[in-house]
Amino acid sequence: MKILAIESAATAASVAILDGDTCIADMTIQFKKTHSQTILPMIDQICKITETEPESIDAVAVSVGPGSFTGLRIGVATGKGIALAYDRPMIEVSTLLAMAANIPAGSECLICPVMDARRAHVYTGVYEYDDEGDLQEVLPESLLSYEELADSLNSLAEEGKPVIMLGDGLSALESKAGDARRMKDIMQELVAGELILAPENMNYQRAASVAVVAAKMAKEGKLVSSDEVKPDYLRPSQAERMRKSGVVGEE
Amino acid sequence: MKDINILAIESSCDETAAAVVRNGREVLSNVINTQIDIHTLYGGVVPEIASRKHIENINPVIRKALKDANMTWDDIDAIGITYGPGLVGALLVGVAEAKALAWALKKPLVPVHHIEGHISANYIADKTLEPPFAALVVSGGHTHLVEVKDYGSYEIIGRTRDDAAGEAFDKVARAVGLGYPGGPKIDKLSKEGNPDAITFPVAHVNGSAYDFSFSGIKSAVLNYLNGAQMKNEEVNKADLVASFQKAVVSALVDHSMMLVKEKGYKKLAIAGGVSANSALRAACEEACKEAGVEFFCPPLGLCTDNAAMIGAAAYYEYVNGTRGAWDLNAIPNLKLGER
Repeated sequence: MKILAIESAATAASVAILDGDTCIADMTIQFKKTHSQTILPMIDQICKITETEPESIDAVAVSVGPGSFTGLRIGVATGKGIALAYDRPMIEVSTLLAMAANIPAGSECLICPVMDARRAHVYTGVYEYDDEGDLQEVLPESLLSYEELADSLNSLAEEGKPVIMLGDGLSALESKAGDARRMKDIMQELVAGELILAPENMNYQRAASVAVVAAKMAKEGKLVSSDEVKPDYLRPSQAERMRKSGVVGEE
Repeated sequence: MKDINILAIESSCDETAAAVVRNGREVLSNVINTQIDIHTLYGGVVPEIASRKHIENINPVIRKALKDANMTWDDIDAIGITYGPGLVGALLVGVAEAKALAWALKKPLVPVHHIEGHISANYIADKTLEPPFAALVVSGGHTHLVEVKDYGSYEIIGRTRDDAAGEAFDKVARAVGLGYPGGPKIDKLSKEGNPDAITFPVAHVNGSAYDFSFSGIKSAVLNYLNGAQMKNEEVNKADLVASFQKAVVSALVDHSMMLVKEKGYKKLAIAGGVSANSALRAACEEACKEAGVEFFCPPLGLCTDNAAMIGAAAYYEYVNGTRGAWDLNAIPNLKLGER
């Protein structure tokens, strides 16, 4: 099975092709250009170099969020278009789960990907590998403040497991009373146990990880029609939030 | 000559639309998924909600357009796409989808200007219409007076300095409690009112005779309402909106006829959502008749946003050799006649 994977949830634009068990292409760009300008040219490049015909792609995997609303939609729409051309199924992969998969199996750690959600909040979840080498969710995907995340990690890590954190959320700047600090420094203080920060090469969203998670999901039959695929924002639009709270307003 | 079938996609505002058009003139399918019910809850289009709906609806809409045309992808020669102007998040969904489809199918991608699409709705409505002609494009987001010199060749002669005509309709409708969208509601209520009951000023823009300004008319309506409220007077809403509508329509018609006469055009075409307004259509038709100018307007269904008009425009761009690259971006403030 040949899977094309697309990741555009945050600042990294990333595409990969998994052919059977082999990741034959894996390309990530973090540059000032928008995903609209990078994702499809990148797919075109990796397909040309690996002599992959669009028609030979069996399934299209997309990182569906959480993340940047617009970024997610560019990746998802690109995936939908390619899937629609030859009526191929799609695989909806959680961005956070794919990030956790950057960390190799066998790590006796709680894996905590964090994505900057602004205002001292992160999109996050906590995962660990089971004995079969599969990632299990121990804290569901949610939008948490730094303090809420630290509280969750402290109660989860009671058995003394170290926590490994990764993601762009780590370098988010939080200003308080004129004092700007990085999220990772705040977390070092708040988390009671050992906190390991992932190295740069594992720190970002990668389509290769999306592809690996997608291959497992495909084996479990989690293939869906391109008609049904949509981003999982974890956060309603501002207008919906205001309307729910009784203030009708526009974005 | 071989027939050229274009599948076109439009997602610049709150309609997710796809269509198949043959040779720029014949509509083989025209699918529109409108989000108007959701946006009505908010009193106007909410960009983030529009973008969310586009991504949910786009594949079924495209699939249906192909099916309604009784075609497979093998029958399609090119993919046409609106890449601006419009809401950037909304545009990006259609642009990413269209690029991916064209790439995977190895078909040419033809980027289209949204206003060019509106004007091209007239090519579908009247198969005999050919440039050159003068065009008035009026919608919720645009008010443009355009010289259509040739297929794909446009020059904007007049534009609004503040509100778009449709925007003024929406704001006045909200002020008198008619709700959203304002255009059709004002059109309907105006039929019961006296358009000469109140005189609202028709603004002129100093130094540029072709330009429009509608914020003054809108403010005059709001002031009139406030004044009546302070004096505890009952306002005849039908008279009020009919008078407002007359002021807007006469500005649009006067400027259009000025262009037609000064530049010697024999044809005037109108386009865009506000061109569905019955008073505007009637006034344009009458003025054209008087001046001996041929008048063109699309059927009501092709006035508001749709993909058939994008398919018509894309055909002429396709013939002219316009192609989009894989790094094509959405351009929210794209100017007509620029790339």
